[in-house]
Amino acid sequence: MSYSLSALLNIFKNNLFEYLLTNKRTRRGIIMFKIIKQFTSFVAMVAVLFAFTTETMAAKKSKTLKNTQKKGFVRCGVSQGLPGFSNADASGNWTGVDVDVCRAVAAAVLGDANKVKFTPLSAKERFTALTSGEIDVLSRNTTWTLSRDADIGLTFVGVNFYDGQGFMVRKSSGITSTSQFKDGISACTNIGTTTELNMRDFFNSKGISYEPVAFEKADEVVAAYDAGRCDTYTTDKSGLAAQRTKMSNPDEHIVLPETISKEPLGPVVRQGDSVWEDIVRWSLNTMIEAEEYGITSANADSMKTSDNPAIKRLVGAEGELGAAFGLDNEWSLRIIKQVGNYGESYKRNIADPGILPDRGPNELWTKGGILYVPPAR
Amino acid sequence: MKFRILAYLFFFVGIADLFIKIFYGNIFSDLTEDYYEIANPILVFTPVLFFSIGGIFLKESKVSLTLENFGTSRIKYYSPQFICLSVVVLIFLFFTFNAQMNMENRGIDFGFGFLTQEASFDMQFSLMDYDGQDPYWWAYVVALLNTLLVAVLGIIFCTIIGVIVGIARLSPNFLIRNSAAWYVEFFRNIPLLLQIFFWYYAALRALPLPQDASPLFGVTYLTIKGYYMPAFIWNNLNIFLYSILAAIIAIIFIRYYANKLRDNEGKQIPVFYISLIILFILPALTFLAGGVSLNFEIPVLKQLSATSFIYDGGIAVPPELIALTLALSLYTATFVAECVRAGIQGISKGQKEAAASLGLTPNQVLKLVIMPQALRIIIPPTTNQYLNLTKNSSLAAAIAYPDLVLVFAGTALMQTGRAIEIVSITMLTYLSISLAIAALMNWYNKLIEIKEK
Repeated sequence: MSYSLSALLNIFKNNLFEYLLTNKRTRRGIIMFKIIKQFTSFVAMVAVLFAFTTETMAAKKSKTLKNTQKKGFVRCGVSQGLPGFSNADASGNWTGVDVDVCRAVAAAVLGDANKVKFTPLSAKERFTALTSGEIDVLSRNTTWTLSRDADIGLTFVGVNFYDGQGFMVRKSSGITSTSQFKDGISACTNIGTTTELNMRDFFNSKGISYEPVAFEKADEVVAAYDAGRCDTYTTDKSGLAAQRTKMSNPDEHIVLPETISKEPLGPVVRQGDSVWEDIVRWSLNTMIEAEEYGITSANADSMKTSDNPAIKRLVGAEGELGAAFGLDNEWSLRIIKQVGNYGESYKRNIADPGILPDRGPNELWTKGGILYVPPAR
Repeated sequence: MKFRILAYLFFFVGIADLFIKIFYGNIFSDLTEDYYEIANPILVFTPVLFFSIGGIFLKESKVSLTLENFGTSRIKYYSPQFICLSVVVLIFLFFTFNAQMNMENRGIDFGFGFLTQEASFDMQFSLMDYDGQDPYWWAYVVALLNTLLVAVLGIIFCTIIGVIVGIARLSPNFLIRNSAAWYVEFFRNIPLLLQIFFWYYAALRALPLPQDASPLFGVTYLTIKGYYMPAFIWNNLNIFLYSILAAIIAIIFIRYYANKLRDNEGKQIPVFYISLIILFILPALTFLAGGVSLNFEIPVLKQLSATSFIYDGGIAVPPELIALTLALSLYTATFVAECVRAGIQGISKGQKEAAASLGLTPNQVLKLVIMPQALRIIIPPTTNQYLNLTKNSSLAAAIAYPDLVLVFAGTALMQTGRAIEIVSITMLTYLSISLAIAALMNWYNKLIEIKEK
């Protein structure tokens, strides 16, 4: 559209001034004829362009998919730096379990897990960035709640980390449980998060008066808590564990055992593009299901000859699972090969750096956790 | 003749185009490939384009346009205005259409009903009672008061510092003059956000923890968690306030009488000292006779855990407010100081010399001759600085001071997801505050300007 529009403008731009400034009647007649001729050919060109547009049905239905394929990269919103979830190293490479969701989508849609453009977003900016079309997937440790899902034009596609809100205190304070909190305690946190609301619910139900100190950026919260402005720092427990590694002396701080809320974190897409929604959802589900069947990035190719039809479907050796999205049949194989299954991603990003070595609820349902995804068939 | 037919053709196409788009929606909407719906306002523009082309043709059919008469033609006169107007209209249409279309596509509705919903978040610091159970509009009011508080404090302090430094820059004393100049050059040339971070993280972090704080002025404590002051607990506060009011009225009368005495008999009486005495004596009398009494609630150290302490009771000023006020007033004071200096230097030297030759002391020269004239030069640019300070107070969000931007355009926006509504309310609020300050300052400027008869 923009191309045809600029062509249209060019026709007028190139000739109109010449026309206005010419004083010979005959010359003006010629220019007028030129304008009409060019305009007609432009109309014909546009008509031809739209008559012969050939695209797959899914791509036609999904503007986001079509745009992503045209641009050649997935536009993904991540945090401004949360180790284990989305964090950029010194050379600008993003790693983390949230990042891996976007990489999986890129592998499925574009065939290359590295074709992702990451946009770091604050908690405050994230939803606006998604609804305004600046990004196409928001994978930024975002809690799935009713009001977010239903109210503001967003759709949550699944859960890639089951979390809960906790408190961090200084070891030297001697506090080992939230029951030791006293009136007047000051608590540092981020604005624009469910944390702020949970914190209020928690302190109100306990009848403790507290001083909330809410910052816009996570780094500022950590700096303020580290300097002693607050007695406790509260956010998702995974976040606490990750931010602890950023403190001047991590060993001086402990995370209290209590969990005061449910925080299912997952990727989000814009409402109204169900094909794109499905692609992101099943990219995530593929990673989890691959772990369930023991398919890893190393053995994915050899699994094509497996006896189990479920495994064969997952690596694209059987069935036509990609067709529904307008993707080829190898989409899931590419995810597993390039990004790995969920277990690999967790180990690489969260367990190995020592953030949360114990998977807790994020273990597969077959191993005592609550990770359970619908079957890919 | 040929042109007239072409003109009518274009008019017809333009009208048809417009009607199709009004009554049948945008027939090209399927063709827009991007979800930004960029094409929409541009397609609305096409009827305008058709009309204008038609207009040119119609014009052509009447007068033959040549290079010679182009300069005086109406086309040359009207086309720039027409282009400007259509660009403005187009930009406006572009954004409204975009917002409307995108919100519709994503199932977001527009409305201000959320303002009555329960806010359900707490605020660190508020001038009026606020609880999470209050509705969003109350959170807005409370946050607005916080913004006004820091703006008013900043304006007061920056005026005091600015006037002192501005006069000091013209001092005959080398040390005073140069330190004032250094202060201005230093604080004026560092970005404000950086200064705010400096005062918050560097300077305030150097403060002691509550348990290590030594008392300031005996009963106040400046700690990392805030500045703790004793709270005043009044008995019969209203009598005390009336007495202050009475003292002020008495002072106004005395000044009037003193002026009259000076004008008629040439006698000088020390008005300043008399005023000061009245201002102290009258309220003090109420303590003795009026039944007024004052108690202090002194902050007491309270232990929260093995290593964390807090002061209980009294008034606690959060460090965020201190840092923000400090940074805003120190920064803006440099500009005010320059305004003051410019105002004083804008008064011709002859005025000062003439006043001195009448036998006025340097202080009297400044107070009676220079300042009343200089104020006329100082006020308008200083108004700008007050507006800047107020707008700059929105940087509070960086250091967790719960102002309008942090609470309303931050937390409330996030919790409700109503970006357009909240941002437009916030913008309108800042606009109103700024216009109110400007109106107040313009009124004051009118008051002191030269009265021409």
